Parts: sequence; C-alpha cells; structure tokens
Amino acid sequence: MSNILNSMLAWVDKRFPLSSNWKAHLSEYYAPKNFNFWYFFGSLALLVLVNQLLTGIFLTMNYKPDASQAFASVEYIMRDVDYGWLIRYMHSTGASMFFVVVYLHMFRGMMYGSYRKPRELLWLIGMVIFFVLMSLAFTGYILPWGQMSYWGAQVIVSMFGAIPSIGETLQQWLLGDFTLSDAALNRFFAYHVVTLPLVLLVLVFVHILALHETGSNNPDGIEIKENKNPETGIPVDGIPFHPYYSVKDIVGVVVFLIVFCGIIFFAPEMGGYFLEYNNFIPANTLQTPDHIAPVWYFTPYYSMLRAVTVNFLGVDAKLWGVILMAGSVVVFCFLPWLDRSPVKSIRYKGPYFKIALTLFVISFFVLGWLGTKSPTPLYTLLAQIFTVIYFAFFVLMPWYSKIDKTKPEPKRLKE
Amino acid sequence: MKKITIALLILCMAPLGVLAGESGMPLDRAPIDTTDNASLKRGAESFVNYCLTCHGASYMRYNRHRDIGYTNEEILNKLIFTGQKVGDLMQSAMRKKEGEEWFGVVPPDLSVIARARGADWLYTYLRAFYRDDATHTGWNNLVFDRVAMPHVLYQLQGEQRLAVKTSDKGEQKSLTLEKAGQLSATEYDKFVGDLVNYLVYLGEPHANARKQLGIEVMIFLLGMLVLSYALKKEYWKDIH
Repeated sequence: MSNILNSMLAWVDKRFPLSSNWKAHLSEYYAPKNFNFWYFFGSLALLVLVNQLLTGIFLTMNYKPDASQAFASVEYIMRDVDYGWLIRYMHSTGASMFFVVVYLHMFRGMMYGSYRKPRELLWLIGMVIFFVLMSLAFTGYILPWGQMSYWGAQVIVSMFGAIPSIGETLQQWLLGDFTLSDAALNRFFAYHVVTLPLVLLVLVFVHILALHETGSNNPDGIEIKENKNPETGIPVDGIPFHPYYSVKDIVGVVVFLIVFCGIIFFAPEMGGYFLEYNNFIPANTLQTPDHIAPVWYFTPYYSMLRAVTVNFLGVDAKLWGVILMAGSVVVFCFLPWLDRSPVKSIRYKGPYFKIALTLFVISFFVLGWLGTKSPTPLYTLLAQIFTVIYFAFFVLMPWYSKIDKTKPEPKRLKE
Repeated sequence: MKKITIALLILCMAPLGVLAGESGMPLDRAPIDTTDNASLKRGAESFVNYCLTCHGASYMRYNRHRDIGYTNEEILNKLIFTGQKVGDLMQSAMRKKEGEEWFGVVPPDLSVIARARGADWLYTYLRAFYRDDATHTGWNNLVFDRVAMPHVLYQLQGEQRLAVKTSDKGEQKSLTLEKAGQLSATEYDKFVGDLVNYLVYLGEPHANARKQLGIEVMIFLLGMLVLSYALKKEYWKDIH
C-alpha cells in the first residue's frame, strides 16, 4: 500500500512541486520555538477568511442585490433558508472577528517589532491586506440595505465629495448615480463578492510567501537564522512548523471557535456592536437617523473624521477630517522607517516606547468608544486630544525610539 | 410638484420627532419569555387581530407558527383572516397607498421591529398613549412624540391623560387613566406583555433553536479542546 502511495507521489512530484512545497512551507519551515499567545492570530485570520468565503458563497445564493429586495432577501435567508440564520450569523460575526484577530495580529507586530528589517515588505503587504479588508467590510455592510447600511455608506461616500475639484465627479463615478441608490448597491455587491475577495486571496498568498522568505519574527525580536547548526544548516532555535505549530494552532482554533460560536449562538448582535439595531430598519432615503455610527471596527477612524471642527491652513474642516482619517490608517505603513530603536522587541525596549505604545492603545480604544457616541462639545474635545496622541505615537517615534534606554538582546531565544 | 415636495418633507419630519422623544423617557422592563408558548399564542392572536390590519409582518410565514405549538388547522382558523394560505407571508390587510393616505406614512413592517426598537421600548410605547387634541389622530405618545399611529388598543386600556409637573429637577411627565377600558391596568399590562413577547419571537423565530444548538456546539468544542490540548502536549514534550 505505501509503495503504491509512494510511487503516486513520485509521479506527481515529477509534474508538480508537491513534496518540495510541503517541505518548504510546512514540514521544513523552521519557526522560532518561543511563539506565545500573540502568535495565534495570523492563522486565525486565515481561518476567518475561509469562513467568510464559504459562508459568503451560500449567502450569495439567496441574497438579492436590488434596493427593493435586498432587505427582504436577508430576512428570507434568516427565516426560510435551511440554517440560513446560522450562515448569516457566521458571516456577520466573522466580519467583526476578522477585525478582532487582525487588530491583535497588527498589535503583535508592533510589540515585537515584526515590521523592522528584513520584514518591511511583509508589513506593507499586510497593510494593503488591511485596506482591502476595510473595503470589504464597507461594501459588505451596505448589502443588507438597512438604515445604517445606507446612511453609513452615505457618510463614507460623501468623504470622496470633500476632495477638492474632482470630488463630486469622483463620487458620481463611484456611485453610478447622483445619489446612493440601486446602481451603487449593485456595484458594491460586485466588489464585495468578486473583486475584493480575489484581490484579498492573492495578497494573503503573497503575504505568506514573503513571511516564509524572511522567516517569522518572535517575541525576542532576534533572528533565529543567524544561529544555525553548522552541520544541518537548521536554525538551532527553530522547530518545523508542521507538526509543532500545526498542532498548537489547532488548540488556538478551538479556543477561538469557543468564543466565535459563543457569539453566534448566544449573542449574535453583540449588544448592537456586531449587528446594529438601526440596521433592522429598511433603508429609508428620506429619513436620516439622528445618530449615525459605523460598526465598531471603524469607530476610531470615524472619531478622527469628526474631530476637526475648524478650517485652518486654508483647508476645509471636512477635508481635514478626511485627511486625518486616511492618514490614521496609512501612517502604519511608515512604521518600519519611523522606529529607530536598536532592538526590535518590546522586551528589550525602554520605558519611552512602552509608555508610547500604552498611550496609543488607550487612544485607539477611547477614539473607538467616542465614535459610537453622538458628538457633544466634551466628546469632540476628547476626540481632538486623543487624535493628537494617536498621531504623536507615530510622528515622535523617530525621536523617542532613538533616545530610549534599551536592554541588550540575548544571542539565543529565551524560554 | 412643489406641494408634493413640501408634503414629503413634512412626512420625513414627523418620524424625526420620535428620536428626540427617545432620549429622555425611562423604559419599563418587558416580561419576555420566548419559551412560554401560551403567552406567545395569546400574543400571536392579539397581533393578527389588532396589528396586522395596518402593519405587515411580511418576512414571516404563517406556517412557521408551528414552532410555538399551533397546527396548520389552528393557524388557518385562529391566525388567518385574509383568505391567505398557511404557507403565505403575513401581509397587511391594508394597501400601502391607503396607509399613506390615512396616516401620512406607510405603517412599518413589524417582522423585525423588536430587533430594531427593543422589547422594553415596545412594551413602554404600547402603554404610553394619551389623549392630545393637538394632533391629527387625537392621540400622542410619551416615548414617540406626535406618532402617526392612533391608539388602536384604547378600548382595552381606556384613555390616559398627560400630567406635567415642573420641579427643580425639571419637567416630570406622567400619565393618568381618565376613562377606564375593558381591561384593568394589570390585565392590560399582561396583554401588552404577551404581544411584545410575540414580537420578540417574530423578530427571530429560530432564536430558541439557535441557543439549543449552541449548547450542543459548546459541549463538542469543549471536548475538542481537551483532545487538541492533549495532542499538542504530546507533540511538544521534547521541545525545550
């Protein structure tokens, strides 16, 4: 039996690099042996991606991208399609959980300096994935055609209108109409189910290729490839991804599924954060809700969009808001060159970096919370203060990371 | 054309008042138990008698009510008065155009109203109508100012009047029953409680099945956790 299998494998290997790829990416891909809790979220993001693709296909079978039928077709899925409610909740919860795992994945990179040389490209590809993910979330949220779908989209689309001179034309070109309507719903559906998932899949593939070229970083932030066994050429602190990390990631997957299924089965709305209450009201083009809030994962940026209330430097407040909002995401791309610290990992960085990162995380959460609230003078002031702190983390990094008091990095991984 | 535009503008202003009214009023807690089939059935029967005339529940099929213990026969006799079939969607008896002519707005579909408004809001709303001669319908509502809907249940509840007390804490609004209805105050609360309980069920008919399946999934996953952790430990015992 094993003879037959071996000869079959040999047959395939002559025609397709199966064994060599299996080795290069799994059984002989050497990963640092000290991965901790934070290293689960890459593989979990992959799991959520698969979840979104599969449930998305089944939703597409019954969803109707038509302004007069979209809302009803979602309820049709929820009620009349066998296990449609489960598929829909897996998809809606998956969207939010995608951001949870991706935010944690990015935070891991920030803590352990995974964006530093030689992983700058890996980080940049990851950032492009993040932009695509945001576009996917935005186009997907429009599809149920509820009040929040409609008016949330209205806010985002009007941002393009704030761009000087070309804004209005660009907005019409995006919408295919003068207002947000059936035409826009149709094209956003096309982006959501065809264009963006294709781009995302290619980018994820490229992200993993780049990772396997440089090798994984680790909580100590030192290169395991610099310390190889002279006889075998294998990093002494590396272990094969398969079976060690494949079996470890299964544990992570099960723990994640416990949380994920807990939400799907017991709190699919997550108190209005994953599914907003107002989105159970069909879109009404004549009735603006008095309070428009995006889904939780966009609220930090939404806060920054609203934070600018005065025109300055001859630029309109609204345009400043758009610039800040875009800047707050794009600024992550510059991290590899902003960080001047001699060490990568937070374990060996000094107090300045630790304080800066803590303040950044606090500002991210506060801005996120403010984004769910109606603006009051106090909230707007808070949003302005924390927007400054948010950007200060990046802008001041070349300075504080350089003068910070670091500890020496070890030669070998610590337990 | 101009008149139509103005009319439309006024129409969209009407519901805007709602949201303003939403902020201040404290809501009463609705007695919700979607496993109580007797309550759900009472609610369903009130719903088809009082609500379905003007509102639709057009994402819901009649025969889904077998979930809460009806047979097809009972559904035909107790829930369907519009000549529809058991497999049909619960459409309103009123046409959209008529609704617009009579009330100024099309009465909203109620299929997922409990998910949009919340049970407590509905429970408070249906008990907070009062006489107000300044409105079209002669009715107003404490949690939904100048609502287009008249008090459909006034024969049951009776008529309430608004009393406003001004103190240093600001305005305090309260309702007092002026003219008694067919039901006592507690009976009416129970009636509305059943109705809102049904609306919660209507918003997500599979909710109980979802939680039931969830428990099974959790038990399976906890088992998987033990096994996968043991597997990981076995593989990793040589790694130091």
